[in-house]
Amino acid sequence: MTDSKRGNVWVFIEQEGGQIADVSLELVSKGRELAKELGVSTEGVLLGSDVSGLAKQLHEQGCDNVFLAEDNELALFSAVPYTKIVAGMARDMNPDIILFGATRVGRSLAPRVASELQAGLTADCTSLRIDDFEDKITKKTLRNKLMQIRPAFGGNIIATIVNSWDCPQMVTVREGVMPLADPVKGRQGDVTRIDVKLEPEDTVVKFVERIRETSENSLKNAQVIVAGGYGVGGAEEFKLVVDLADTLGGAVAASRAAVDAGWIDHDHQVGQTGITVRPRLYIACGISGSVQHRAGMSESAKILAINSDPDAPIFSIAHYGIVGDLKTVIPKIIEAYKARV
Amino acid sequence: MSLTILVFAKQVPDTANVTGKAMKDDGTVNRAALPAIFNPEDLNGLELALDIKERFGAKVVVMTMGPPAATAILRRALYIGADEAVLITDRKFAGADTLATSYTLACAAKKYGAFDLVICGRQAIDGDTAQVGPQVAEKLALPQATYVESVEDIKVLKTKKTLRVKSLIDGGHEVAEMPLPALLTVAGSANIPRPPGARRVMQYKKAVTLSELQKLHGDRDYEDANQLAADEERLRKRDLWIHEWSAADLGADMRRIGLSGSPTKVKEIESVVLTGGDYEDIPATDEAIRGLVHDLIEDHILS
Repeated sequence: MTDSKRGNVWVFIEQEGGQIADVSLELVSKGRELAKELGVSTEGVLLGSDVSGLAKQLHEQGCDNVFLAEDNELALFSAVPYTKIVAGMARDMNPDIILFGATRVGRSLAPRVASELQAGLTADCTSLRIDDFEDKITKKTLRNKLMQIRPAFGGNIIATIVNSWDCPQMVTVREGVMPLADPVKGRQGDVTRIDVKLEPEDTVVKFVERIRETSENSLKNAQVIVAGGYGVGGAEEFKLVVDLADTLGGAVAASRAAVDAGWIDHDHQVGQTGITVRPRLYIACGISGSVQHRAGMSESAKILAINSDPDAPIFSIAHYGIVGDLKTVIPKIIEAYKARV
Repeated sequence: MSLTILVFAKQVPDTANVTGKAMKDDGTVNRAALPAIFNPEDLNGLELALDIKERFGAKVVVMTMGPPAATAILRRALYIGADEAVLITDRKFAGADTLATSYTLACAAKKYGAFDLVICGRQAIDGDTAQVGPQVAEKLALPQATYVESVEDIKVLKTKKTLRVKSLIDGGHEVAEMPLPALLTVAGSANIPRPPGARRVMQYKKAVTLSELQKLHGDRDYEDANQLAADEERLRKRDLWIHEWSAADLGADMRRIGLSGSPTKVKEIESVVLTGGDYEDIPATDEAIRGLVHDLIEDHILS
């Protein structure tokens, strides 16, 4: 391993109340893979208040080192102080790569950090790998760059993006895209404390209320998901989707159109701007299958599409398709299932 | 109170309605075949600005960076309720990634002068990056609130203005207070954008940029500079003047705009081919559906 302070792979560790976000653990797994290929270390960047206890979990997950920045003002995510700390560290220690989860926090923090560092940033990557890049303008070949692969143009194209400047290569990655490696019990690592110096102007944003629904949405880990789209037709009809999910022991999801129509809340939205899922069975009811929606569910093991429009794009990625009216088809499925079990 | 609100908007290809023809044979996007629209979440941003205007009093200035054709969304913003519009246009801006774009927009905000709020849509549908808002905030050293749902209050104490804003967070919401000026990004769930007003359409359909004014007189070029100035003055008086700012007007550092100010480069583009693989059409009959459920249970897909 070369200079331990330079050219490493960093993962921003998102946590709240001492609970590390799933996406951060997934990114530690991916970061370790990238670091191994580059012959560098994987380092976690952990900000918060009283979070030192999380270092062990990060070491076992794959961090060689955890940077620990603790301060009462860092207890909740706030863009200005978090940017100051992360950008300051990056300037001092020149990581080669910084990975962020494409969560609300990651998507609020990473752009601000990139702007301060005048570094490139690619949003919502679905795949990352190391390769050489020939810059057509400067005619230089850049060795071992991070290939930042993401859907663009509403998912109609897949673009491979490279940061051609000599600055940290920064990306956000969607939750559920990178596989989570098994932690190695007892794996040891370093902890490096970061001096936190915040000025009054860094903490002008004051949080006066914060509500997080405790009923954890089980969508992410559900093996069976029943999703409704605009074609369901109304809030009343959406109950059919919920009934089917209940019967099959599955979770309820929705396309953006159904969420925008107010039939179900945003937490259930699957797609490019929602959650990415990969259940054993995904039942798409009245979902046309826009590219944005497909981006969040096309990896499902089996897809059953039910739609009255035989030309709906969803059928082109489905394994089973039923062309028909949901109001008659869903009760038939419920009846058939109940008869079997 | 009178606030000044800058709303950043973008004209985007309508990626939600891409048809087969919108992709060229070589797999690149055929932008010409896609209708150009007002980025949907920027309309939510404009709506929030107009809501603030109605509740607290404000001047709403809409700005866009884009080719001259993007003037269309500025006129639309005027039809909907904006008070003033600025087109930021220059060939030198072409090829800008989010870093160069945010630098350019920050320069435009500084050129405008004093403001209380910058409002952006959460993200644009052609890139879905959601990066430009926070990057502009950083460049202007403003506090930010992203995924804003509503502005709860704006208070003034002597010269100090304080904003109370509600935002979505993962699995809930938070309410924060911050001093103005600040930057907000607005998600689609925040509000329902109002349509253009018929009277405003009649009033503002004649609003033009300098380039458009010159083009209108294409056949009889403005040889007389005084005539041009007089026309401009007449339009300005009637609020029908859309400002047009170039890179030079912004005093921008040419190394930080357009392609040269953009660290990220596109290496490769692939068009997405839908792959269904094995597809089985199930008739909507009792018998066929029973068969499907049977198979799913047998294959341990359903338990």
